[in-house]
Amino acid sequence: MVINFRRFVIVLTVVWLGLFVLVPHVLVLLTSVMSPDPQHLAVWPLTLNSWGRLLEPLYAEVFWHSLWLSTLTTAICLLLGYPFAYIVAKLPGVWRGLLLFLMIVPFWTNSLIRTYAIKLILGNKGLVNSLLLASGLVDEPVQLLYTPFAVIFGLVYVLLPFMVLPLVSSFGKLDGTLLEAAHDLGAGFWQRFRLIIVPLTMPGIIAGSLMVFLPAMGMFYVADLLGGAKNLLLGNIIKNQFLVVRDWPFGAAFSVALIGIMAVLLWLYFLANRRINRAGGLDDESF
Amino acid sequence: MMKVFKWSFIAAIFAYLYLPIAILVINSFNVSKYGYEWKGFTLNWYAKLWENEALAQAFLNSLLIATLAATAATLIGTLMALALYRYRFPLKATSSGLLFIVMMSPDIVLAITFLVIFIALGIQLGFWSLLIAHITFCLPFVVITVYAQLKGFDQYLLEAAQDLGASESRIFRLIIFPLVFPAIVAGWLLSFTLSLDDVIISSFVTGPSFEILPIRVFSMVKVGVSPEVNVLATLLLALSLLLVTFSTLLLRRKH
Repeated sequence: MVINFRRFVIVLTVVWLGLFVLVPHVLVLLTSVMSPDPQHLAVWPLTLNSWGRLLEPLYAEVFWHSLWLSTLTTAICLLLGYPFAYIVAKLPGVWRGLLLFLMIVPFWTNSLIRTYAIKLILGNKGLVNSLLLASGLVDEPVQLLYTPFAVIFGLVYVLLPFMVLPLVSSFGKLDGTLLEAAHDLGAGFWQRFRLIIVPLTMPGIIAGSLMVFLPAMGMFYVADLLGGAKNLLLGNIIKNQFLVVRDWPFGAAFSVALIGIMAVLLWLYFLANRRINRAGGLDDESF
Repeated sequence: MMKVFKWSFIAAIFAYLYLPIAILVINSFNVSKYGYEWKGFTLNWYAKLWENEALAQAFLNSLLIATLAATAATLIGTLMALALYRYRFPLKATSSGLLFIVMMSPDIVLAITFLVIFIALGIQLGFWSLLIAHITFCLPFVVITVYAQLKGFDQYLLEAAQDLGASESRIFRLIIFPLVFPAIVAGWLLSFTLSLDDVIISSFVTGPSFEILPIRVFSMVKVGVSPEVNVLATLLLALSLLLVTFSTLLLRRKH
């Protein structure tokens, strides 16, 4: 062969990741400290103006609201996903595979179309309101659409599998003999849960929470379709700044802030992972 | 008692996941446009989709991108997994770190970084930008899948081949590729799924020259109800199920 295969593979890896991952991230960081320009998107001189504007009350408010919606979404996903993953992980292999496969199938219809389906369900004439009216619980349709509830409902719907998958893998690694030993020594369910199950599945809990929390802040289409004008997410602001207002530095500042949140959370994840590994419970495997 | 409770919980979760999809599929055959009640069976909306050329084109474009991106990502990702598993090179730790960043970054952040690099490089937003972006965000998932499989198999096979004078590309073609084939199929399917499901990144990196499903659908469903969208959902689901059945059969025959 004329080209060295080994060199080809290495160059491909380094160049692709450098060009399409590393350099773009550096460029976004750079953009966030440049000056906005409607014609050329971002120009010199360097300035911290965009960063200062993050603190403006209007944007700070959206920022906190978005953070709040994402936090609630993560909490609900964990509440639903934890027992679900626990049950699924204990099933025999064939069943476990089948149920996990069934979690993936909805992804093939594109999440935007699924979000649209939720809009149909939550609408004034939708399924939920029809059932409520028919059962006589309410006399007129309840406003579900365009509320924070609708946004959270949609986010949980789209993101739940991302919570379940890491949790199932965590439960899969849980050493059953530890639980038996605890049981034999007289620990009740609550004690076993609090002192063994939760600490040992902590990497899964944190990984799942990250996989839900971080994307949740960016899902502008869910907020657009289900939230109305008042329930914006960080993603809506970023999209608006980049594609409509065309103030790239400001949009970039928001993105970098989001990357910052991600970095802090990942750091916490590694700390937690290391603590568990030192305790000798799980293999050192992030995913 | 506990068992009943367990299975009803599982059933409730799946009802939550599948109800919206079931409504889309049912309504794609429903005479009623708004789909709040059943008014009889029709294939009218399927014909409507066929007539709506822009939407049908966007649908085909989405499938094309998903197929190409999944194939390219599988190819490149397999080679990357090989590089990370078998070779030592400078920037190796950085490379796996970058893959990790792509996997963890929220889509909105990736979307911005792709947009910025395409503008900086002067790549026009359209087919190529979309393809590169989709390949890149699928890569880490292929690498993880293939890498896990590589770690699992017998190292001596490779050493034996090397001792007998096989070149690196030959080792890859004749030993590594067949052995990691199941992981490659899994990686392809995962990439195809991620690519079809994506909304956020596509919204940023495509232009008017190459429209794909989420962008077209977004403008349709923002204002009102469109029965053609139900048809699209049904077709996508049917197609993907077909694909999975096919690949399962393929894998079973291999073993």
